[in-house]
Amino acid sequence: MAFRADPLTDDLQPLTMRDAWASHLTDLVHTDPRVAVVLADISDDLFEEARKDHPDRVINVGIREQLLVGTAGGLALAGLRPIAHSYAPFLVERAFEQVKLDFEHQGTSGVLVSVGASYDWAEGSFTHFSPRDVALFDTVPGWRVFVPGHAAEVPPLLDRAVAADEGVYMRLSLRHNENPHAVPDDSLLVLREGNDATVVVVGPLLDNVLEATADLDVTVAYTNTPRPLDTVGLRELAADTGDAIVMVEPYLEGTSAWLVSQAYEDRPHRLLSIGVGREELRRYGTAAEHERLHGLDAAGIRARVRRFLGLA
Amino acid sequence: MISSVNVTFEQVRELAQRTVTDVRYPIVKTYTLDAIWVLYDRVLRVDPHRPDDPARDRFLLSKGHGPSAFYAVLAAKGFFPPDWLDDVASLESPLGSHPDATLVPGVEMSAGSLGHGLPLGVGLAHGLRAKGFDSRVFVLVGDAELDEGSNHEAIAYAGAIGLPNLNVIVADNDSASHGWRGGIASRFEVNGWSAATVDADDHEALYRSYATAHPDRPHVTVAVHRP
Repeated sequence: MAFRADPLTDDLQPLTMRDAWASHLTDLVHTDPRVAVVLADISDDLFEEARKDHPDRVINVGIREQLLVGTAGGLALAGLRPIAHSYAPFLVERAFEQVKLDFEHQGTSGVLVSVGASYDWAEGSFTHFSPRDVALFDTVPGWRVFVPGHAAEVPPLLDRAVAADEGVYMRLSLRHNENPHAVPDDSLLVLREGNDATVVVVGPLLDNVLEATADLDVTVAYTNTPRPLDTVGLRELAADTGDAIVMVEPYLEGTSAWLVSQAYEDRPHRLLSIGVGREELRRYGTAAEHERLHGLDAAGIRARVRRFLGLA
Repeated sequence: MISSVNVTFEQVRELAQRTVTDVRYPIVKTYTLDAIWVLYDRVLRVDPHRPDDPARDRFLLSKGHGPSAFYAVLAAKGFFPPDWLDDVASLESPLGSHPDATLVPGVEMSAGSLGHGLPLGVGLAHGLRAKGFDSRVFVLVGDAELDEGSNHEAIAYAGAIGLPNLNVIVADNDSASHGWRGGIASRFEVNGWSAATVDADDHEALYRSYATAHPDRPHVTVAVHRP
């Protein structure tokens, strides 16, 4: 049987986010004795040399995801900064009690780095999709969420994740923008200014949003650090667009609605949430096709934003 | 007031009786006391005056149940005043029916949900070695707790790589619903562990097993209690 796509590599990119992450993390393992890597077979081939040099800091537990996160929690108890990695549904959904009890309840933290995102390996279908991951992390107080939009954004985000005191979830994807964008802190990066709405877009959906809104009178702001969401910056931007807000996220639709609502307790606002739908599609195909089915391609985003603005 | 110096087992047992946390598991209080007491009294390298010493040995009460015995031993060894034992699980007490490592000096793991201690112990064992310490990690689990699959992920992995500073104590009171055909020790041995099965109240046998040299593999002590 021949698969059309490798679930972890993308022929269209010279360097995937996963490649950039593994390369930079290998450097960190060699230079920072606090850094430890825990794997569950996925991506183990990228760390073979580092594991030989640091057998107690580069660990492959095999296909055992509860142990994956539990071991990372134990490394944190020993004072190290663990980075645990696997496919998103196995890392986050299967082992979520370990996130809750082996980090949060122990009063420790770590870095969890996933691949696969919402539908990267569309041929693999629902078992390998994880659109609910960021919503789950919203239930754990204090965790940051980083969603790079390009491989070149990964190393600086990884540096921040390793240096942070809080837990960090990094969501790597084969979907990406044409160019990287430097976001030096947690602020929203304004790429276009307009009057009718403020569109906040997360990570790899930026190019689709820019295309979708090219002739619309809207502000477009980008973030690859959606947690903590820059709600102060959002309020400032939206004040100039009639407090009309569009959140475009590459994971479960509405994931950030609660944060926008919380930020607007004192002010009326309108919110359109665009993201991955809740229903299982039970379709195969490609990631680009799933993006279209969820209305996350440029045409789909454009249609919904125009309706929100009363233009359609 | 009981001094933490030269405390006897009988005195620790009296301390354990002051708590009321194990009304659901009354038998747990006694036989886990033997296992934990021998460990703290003769084996573990821990100092109540330096509870955060990074090079200390670690004990993880994975199953969480049975904290009366654990609390009594910690009080006896001077990690906190014995008076704390008198209002366990009250709103103002740091001692609950499941221990919280962020509240209690000497507690290394916040526990209660089964199947978490052994994976955490694997990470701790790796981490302590990575830091250059010769510290040992001891994890106490129940025989019914072994039903949780996460334990078997850890048993298979730790045995396969031969993690030598990892030690498990199984408090076996035959409470697993479907038992362990072939015996608990064999489950570990087939995965490459060193194993010893002893009577849960035989302090010398417990000590010998805890002190067993196992330089190339982890070790399990199955402490059998049959009422």
